[in-house]
Amino acid sequence: MKVLAAMSGGVDSAVAAARAVEAGHDVVGVHLALSRMPGTLRTGSRGCCTVEDSNDAWRACDKLGIPFYVWDFSDRFAEDVVQDFVDEYEAGRTPNPCMRCNEKIKFAALLEKALALGFDAVCTGHYAKVLRDDNGAPELHRAADWAKDQSYVLGVLTHEQLEHCMFPLAETPSKAEVRAEAAARGLTVANKPDSYDICFIPDGDTRGWLAERIEMKPGEIVDHEGNALGEHEGAQAFTVGQRKGLRLGRPAADGKPRFVLEIRPKENKVIVGPEALLAVDQLRGIRISWAGVPIAEVFTGEKFDCMVQVRAHGDPVEAVAHMERSAEGRDELVVNLPEGMRGVAPGQTMVVYQGSRVLGQATLDSARSSAWDSEKVN
Amino acid sequence: MNTSAVYLDHAATTDLNPAALAAITEQYSRTGNPSSLHGAGRSANRVVDESRQAVATAAGAHPSELIFTSGGTESDNLAIKGLFWNRVAKNDQARTIALTGIEHHAVLDTAMWLEEHENATLLWLPVDHDGVVDLEAAAALFAEHHEHIAVATLMWANNEVGTVQPVAAFAALAAQYGIPVHSDAVQAFGAVQVEFAKSNLATMAISAHKIGGPVGIGGLLVRRDIVLTPVQHGGGHERKLRSGTLNAASAAGFAAAANAVRAQLGDEAQRLSQLREYAVQRITQLIPEAQFNGPRDAANEGTRLPGNLHFTFPECEGDSLLFLLDMVGIASSTGSACTAGVPQPSHVLLAMGRDARSARSVQRFTLGHTSTRADVDALIEALPEAYVKAKKAGMAADESSIHTAGTGFTR
Repeated sequence: MKVLAAMSGGVDSAVAAARAVEAGHDVVGVHLALSRMPGTLRTGSRGCCTVEDSNDAWRACDKLGIPFYVWDFSDRFAEDVVQDFVDEYEAGRTPNPCMRCNEKIKFAALLEKALALGFDAVCTGHYAKVLRDDNGAPELHRAADWAKDQSYVLGVLTHEQLEHCMFPLAETPSKAEVRAEAAARGLTVANKPDSYDICFIPDGDTRGWLAERIEMKPGEIVDHEGNALGEHEGAQAFTVGQRKGLRLGRPAADGKPRFVLEIRPKENKVIVGPEALLAVDQLRGIRISWAGVPIAEVFTGEKFDCMVQVRAHGDPVEAVAHMERSAEGRDELVVNLPEGMRGVAPGQTMVVYQGSRVLGQATLDSARSSAWDSEKVN
Repeated sequence: MNTSAVYLDHAATTDLNPAALAAITEQYSRTGNPSSLHGAGRSANRVVDESRQAVATAAGAHPSELIFTSGGTESDNLAIKGLFWNRVAKNDQARTIALTGIEHHAVLDTAMWLEEHENATLLWLPVDHDGVVDLEAAAALFAEHHEHIAVATLMWANNEVGTVQPVAAFAALAAQYGIPVHSDAVQAFGAVQVEFAKSNLATMAISAHKIGGPVGIGGLLVRRDIVLTPVQHGGGHERKLRSGTLNAASAAGFAAAANAVRAQLGDEAQRLSQLREYAVQRITQLIPEAQFNGPRDAANEGTRLPGNLHFTFPECEGDSLLFLLDMVGIASSTGSACTAGVPQPSHVLLAMGRDARSARSVQRFTLGHTSTRADVDALIEALPEAYVKAKKAGMAADESSIHTAGTGFTR
């Protein structure tokens, strides 16, 4: 196969490319330029797409004896990922930019270009598996190493996208093994630190970064009973479930910490309350996609048992889900949580699993709590 | 030998001339610092002097006017900073640098650095659709601003679109007001007739590796009456303008290449411009959408670099085309290399009035002393299919046609 290896300059994508070469594929390395003004050097685990990252990817390709190119997706990235991130926060939601990048850049803009230029697949260093069902249709599954598993951030991939994905690290038992393999192959990125932060916020200060892009106005912080508690500098900088940085002088009556329960950007209001009220028992998702052929219940509207995961490194929770059509004719994924779940924010992606298989995902639109009715707070 | 079967990027760098390789190798087998006073030093110094003579002659200059540097970028820096600082030292109000938007980054970024750090003011001179400086506009701007202009700069021939500028006429305009003019002649030298003595220029930058010499050596021609403030200080080499041990081996290689291009200049320009014209005709027949950028100069009248082909291929990314051609062994360029290899819309095309989108859809093919008809035929054969594919791959700024959750995909 003709394979395009997306090379971040990190150890995972370098080893993934090496394995694709070894498997006999015709591999070309491509580094995605996602910023027009790349920084020069990395600082630890912070930042991404620096000139140093590009050079690291280049050296890895030289070592593997494959061609290397840098392709510019900075316009699309600025619009689909960075601006989307700002818009979502502005609307009081909490987005996951890495998922949006997978959905719109790596496995859409890049994949489309790759297919048009004659490639059969895009290969990345993600820890996830693509298996085939009896009819040869692709299914997305968790990686062998559940601790490193990244199927969550790939949960947004569709049948069409999965048809052209290659994840050579799928069966790797651990990250340590990948580093050892990189060292054995003479790849200089073997000991490069992992990236953790949002790549376009290199100093890690998300709130400060947002403040430069969203017009923040001081507003009210109220408790779950509608009592005014204090002021904030801009509702959009908060996330549901957040505890730190509320700067409320007066302690709660019970002396326990308060958490952000809801953000209302239109009213510029932040609602806080005790931890118990973060519990939700029903999630409603929109912007739904299915990772491969959807299960039958998607079409019948019947209930199905699943596990739902709402963040990249969160534990999956038991759930019963079904599809519903809203009054406006919008498809919604309704996920009921017998055991409940805490601190989930609109905008987050909920990925539904059956066993190791990713069924699909939806963006959380609203959550219902039997512990607390937010509509009572004015 | 280069690793691409068909090398069409001679403007980036060209094959080393065998005579240059021989001269370099011979000199590297000897010891001697040209500044030393013993026999070995004198012997090395003689190589430098003879090389200086050869290179200066090829550039139409007196040997005493040639300062050896590390290459075109250093020459541009020394000229612009040196002229600027010297002028400002005499007249603190003369802080304007007049330049066009099609200059090489070595000139542009130097001028912008002076703007940011030395209070320089940049005066932009307009160019036309072909990238030729507008002499009337320049004359008017000189008349208006001459009291404040420290230096004017105009590249002899553009590295992307190959446009040759009316340098001597431009310098004559500036001379009316006593404005010193620098020209980056890195692409022009060895490709078209370049005569420093007849040019009215104060300074002129040239480079060895663009003409078949080694990488790492270039020159700055500095007219004898021009005073520059040096950028690099040390042992006082090169008229105290560029300190640093002279590189005798590279100078010998530069000289050998300069001798070779001087001997064949007219014939080679004719040969390459015919090859170019043949390619332009075939490519525009096969790909009617292709737009040829810069002066056509079909009859080789000297308005374009003989070996430069530059097209806009609408609605495809330049890097897609580069990739597809590279995959079949053809080396081309999007025209504007940048740090980390991130392709940027060409500032040259933008200055020529193209929009940012179409400025991304360009491809440069440059011929040189080893180029053959077979190379051009290989390009003509590969290009139409590559264009169809590259166009299908689309523009990176457009939304992908792959349906996802966000584009209304549900099941």
